[in-house]
Amino acid sequence: MSTGGGDARFFARGKVAELRTELQSDKKDKNHVRKKIALKKIVANMTMSNNDMAALFPDVIQCMMIPQLEIKKMCFLFLVNYGRQKPEMAQHALPILISDMDDINPLVRALALRTLSYIHVKEFVQATVIPLRKLLRDNDPYVRKTAAFCVAKLYDHDRELVENSGTNGNGLIDMLNGLLKDDNPTVVSSALVALMDIWERSDTIKLTIDHANASKIVQILPDCSEWGQTYILEALMSYVPQDVTEAMIMAERISPRLQHSNSAVVLTCIRVILYLMNYIADQKEISALCRKLSPPLVTLLAKGPEVQYLALRNALLILQRRPEVLRNDIRVFFCKYNDPIYVKVTKLELIFMLANESNIEEVLTELREYATEIDVHFVRKSVRAIGKLAIKIEPAAKKCITTLLELVATKVSYIVQEATVVIRNIFRKYPNQYESIISTLCENLDSLDEPEAKAAMIWVIGQYADRIENSDVLLEDFLYSFQDEPVEVQLALLTATVKLFIQRPTKGQDLVPKVLKWATEDTDNPDLRDRGYMYWRLLSADPQAAKKIVMGEKPPITAEAEKLDPHTLEEMCLNVGTLATVYLKPVNQVFRTARAKKLQDSPALQRHQLPTVIAEQRSRELLESMSAQAQVDQAQMQVQQQQQQLQSAVVSNNALASDMADDFFSTPMVAAGDNLNPFAPVGGGTGQYVVSQNAPQQLYQPAQGDLLLL
Amino acid sequence: MISGVLLFNQKGENLIFRQFRNDCRPRLSDVFRIQVISNAQVRSPILTLGSTTFSHVKHENIYVVAVTKSNANAALVFEFLYRLITLGKSYFGKFDEEAVKNNFVLIYELLDEILDFGYPQNTETDTLKMYITTEGVKSERNVVEDSTKITMQATGALSWRRADVKYRKNEAFVDVIEDVNLLMSAGGTVLRADVSGQIIMRAYLSGTPECKFGLNDRLLLDGAGKASTTRAAAGSVTLEDCQFHQCVKLGKFDTDRIISFVPPDGEFELMRYRSTENVNLPFRVHAIVNEIGKTKVEYQVAVRANYGTKLFATNVVVRVPTPLNTANISTRTSQGKAKYEPSENHIVWKIPRFTGQAEYVLSADAQLTSMTNQKAWSRPPLSMSFSLLMFTSSGLLVRYLKVFEKSNYSSVKWVRYMTRAGSYEIRF
Repeated sequence: MSTGGGDARFFARGKVAELRTELQSDKKDKNHVRKKIALKKIVANMTMSNNDMAALFPDVIQCMMIPQLEIKKMCFLFLVNYGRQKPEMAQHALPILISDMDDINPLVRALALRTLSYIHVKEFVQATVIPLRKLLRDNDPYVRKTAAFCVAKLYDHDRELVENSGTNGNGLIDMLNGLLKDDNPTVVSSALVALMDIWERSDTIKLTIDHANASKIVQILPDCSEWGQTYILEALMSYVPQDVTEAMIMAERISPRLQHSNSAVVLTCIRVILYLMNYIADQKEISALCRKLSPPLVTLLAKGPEVQYLALRNALLILQRRPEVLRNDIRVFFCKYNDPIYVKVTKLELIFMLANESNIEEVLTELREYATEIDVHFVRKSVRAIGKLAIKIEPAAKKCITTLLELVATKVSYIVQEATVVIRNIFRKYPNQYESIISTLCENLDSLDEPEAKAAMIWVIGQYADRIENSDVLLEDFLYSFQDEPVEVQLALLTATVKLFIQRPTKGQDLVPKVLKWATEDTDNPDLRDRGYMYWRLLSADPQAAKKIVMGEKPPITAEAEKLDPHTLEEMCLNVGTLATVYLKPVNQVFRTARAKKLQDSPALQRHQLPTVIAEQRSRELLESMSAQAQVDQAQMQVQQQQQQLQSAVVSNNALASDMADDFFSTPMVAAGDNLNPFAPVGGGTGQYVVSQNAPQQLYQPAQGDLLLL
Repeated sequence: MISGVLLFNQKGENLIFRQFRNDCRPRLSDVFRIQVISNAQVRSPILTLGSTTFSHVKHENIYVVAVTKSNANAALVFEFLYRLITLGKSYFGKFDEEAVKNNFVLIYELLDEILDFGYPQNTETDTLKMYITTEGVKSERNVVEDSTKITMQATGALSWRRADVKYRKNEAFVDVIEDVNLLMSAGGTVLRADVSGQIIMRAYLSGTPECKFGLNDRLLLDGAGKASTTRAAAGSVTLEDCQFHQCVKLGKFDTDRIISFVPPDGEFELMRYRSTENVNLPFRVHAIVNEIGKTKVEYQVAVRANYGTKLFATNVVVRVPTPLNTANISTRTSQGKAKYEPSENHIVWKIPRFTGQAEYVLSADAQLTSMTNQKAWSRPPLSMSFSLLMFTSSGLLVRYLKVFEKSNYSSVKWVRYMTRAGSYEIRF
């Protein structure tokens, strides 16, 4: 039951004229009860945005004179809301606010200052400067902390005004800096966060914290409120350790914060410790710190679902940078039946990442369970995960396939389709194994209605045309609706028919001309047409070569763990607990205005341990090994081969083709900036292609999230 | 940081709109309404559109929303929203649409106090209640006199406690409440069993008491680093992790493993912990569910109490899922009552009092209607809820609670233990 208030009756739409009469009424008004009620109605109407209460400005300003805090606060709220719309009217309130800043009551002084600085009107902003100077030195800490935030607000309104507000320690920013020496911890943390807020948006101001300063602010950590602790920890991200012991001591000193009940303190503390680890050389020390990070991360899973989600997303990230964290904790990520779907999906990704040979049984049982749940998206992801595990953990492939076949047996359409897609990939990873399951797949042809699944099945039929007894009949069935299919399926059909013809010319000789004719004459799609012509000429010019090219051996796909690229990974680790970690995308891609964070160099920085440096190192080694064995032109030959392989490898799946090509060509560009051989990072001559297996729903680039290296 | 805080009811009406930065415009409330409330596709509590991010929490029948620009600290945003809900609950008893409408002016007042420029300020209920009250008049008189005291407390190191607390009888109540989570596979193996516990304290102590608190724990915080963790001594428990209320001196805990603190006045959550080793499961469930053809499902569910005969659990509820096309159900129970709830698709079996070591059985038959489009039944897990006094699944015990105060008064302490079902799920 909700007691108190009882103001709901005022929470109704009112007309401006009526409210004005109520405010102006001359009737006896003991304790201003009537005025109070009228004001409450006005406050309610401000939210129900249709009513423009700004017309009541003069009347509300009249009320401001009434010496009652409750009324005053409502008037101030009105002022904050409408001051910007009616600057000329708002100015009448200015004298009242300014006189309030001299009130003997510190709460009133702070309230006036806080209100004044919210109003984005030139006169107000300018009028703030002088009293602000005084209040920054007020003897009440509550007023000083309010003043500290006020400087940041002013900077938001008018940065030049603040930057030119004085010299020789008289400027507002200098005074704010001075508050860092205040003896009240809340004032210090407020000043610190105000400075950081200014720094976020400024090009001229630098925020550096040396070891002495860092030690000082860490010392007051225990005396700060939970929010203050978060601000201080965030500020520590601007501290650059100059030697390894310094970094170690600092990490040790803040690690007790991991036990705080506020998840903001915990996650920000994890961020700082991860950051400091970059400056620590001793591997033992790093392992010890890593061990400390796991339990608090897991404990966050007992919080509300929103924080759980955040913790899980960050776990995905941390796991890539420091695999020691969470290594033995796979069970805690098993889904509860009632977890919200966003939590479940993220847990699934973590389970996939943590799966290895020793826990695969457990994981498969669990995934099998998920595959029978109600949410279609989640079920599909689970099936997909099983397929990916078959590729990721070779010794477990057999078990994964058995599980998949069990699922196919359920005959649930979307499960069968999803399974078909992953089984296609399993064939690509383990060519000429597990073909016995083709017959099971063929039993379920009728339930395929999604393009991706259809294309996958068609690929299987084409690839194994000589081993599937009635492959020509099956293909013919699919070809029946060729014209109505999406391009993805048409391309798959074209390739599969050519493969059939090459492997079993007698069976395919009727189909091929028909399909080639459709692909070249009856379509508007350039890709389909081009590919149609290519096959046509190939087949007519040199059937032997055609066989070599179309049915040639392709490199098996491989599965590395799902990983962020090293640059993003490094950047994200500096942003643990922020919104960007939910998207796991480079900060500036999502938040254009955000200040980019970079690891600062220092003698203590363990450069050789950084993901970017390691990646660079790897590609350099590759380059050396390449140039040792071959000349540049040979390398180029390889490139051509690669492209050919690329072509034929993707023939079966057009959707993947564009992604592949994108990634293929974008990777060299990154490396070219580092003056390396443009093709080195792709993985030598063996041709590994980055493919986005299933385009993640809300993310718009295939580079992160559900990424699979094939 | 936070640019604005918005509250909506389920219909999407904007109840509260408070901006803290110039970049938060009134039209954002329409954006949220369209993009989140009326969009059934939204599955994430965070939505970024252009440069604006909406982070929301659903509580009772309202949406509590924070608007941020740029890459804000998401943990801070959500913690703040949770705190706002807690504050609302402690002020109004409940934080729902009715409470918000009844107290909208006060909520604006609170928001102005707990956020400055979008940065969370002191959010301690105790301190806030000193100068923001439901009876506006009262605040009037007191504020002028006590304001300095208030400001000192709002910014001081003990922001959670007033200095002038006085009780005639000094008492402290400690409640150890454990939620035991279980996930058992159809084969009867325990996939996951852990305990998330919380220690709630209600302190009615005068002055500024220093409390020291001891448990029978062996903290496993340093992993293999410490020799003491090799084998938990008899009668001690291993806590995987613990987190404390901000009053606890974390530095001291880190060095000496002593939980020492100056408690806030009244009720607060002193600590939370997690334990995964040697979890005592209060109930064992054995479920046999047979689908006979397409028209019938047979259930045989046996529940056994695994605790001493002197104890008894109350409010034991077993929820047994039924297929969606269930037409009719007949049940027999050896204890308690079972009822089929068609809207929830499960049988609810209630046993008001469950004595230790007892075993009760439910048998049921479900008749199914035949459906044209026969879909396999997803078999959601069977779940239980219960509460069991004087029992902790982790084995945790309070060793001592000492109170030191200048005036050296004696105080009375009470400890209670309770184990509840967290997510107690059994697959079948």
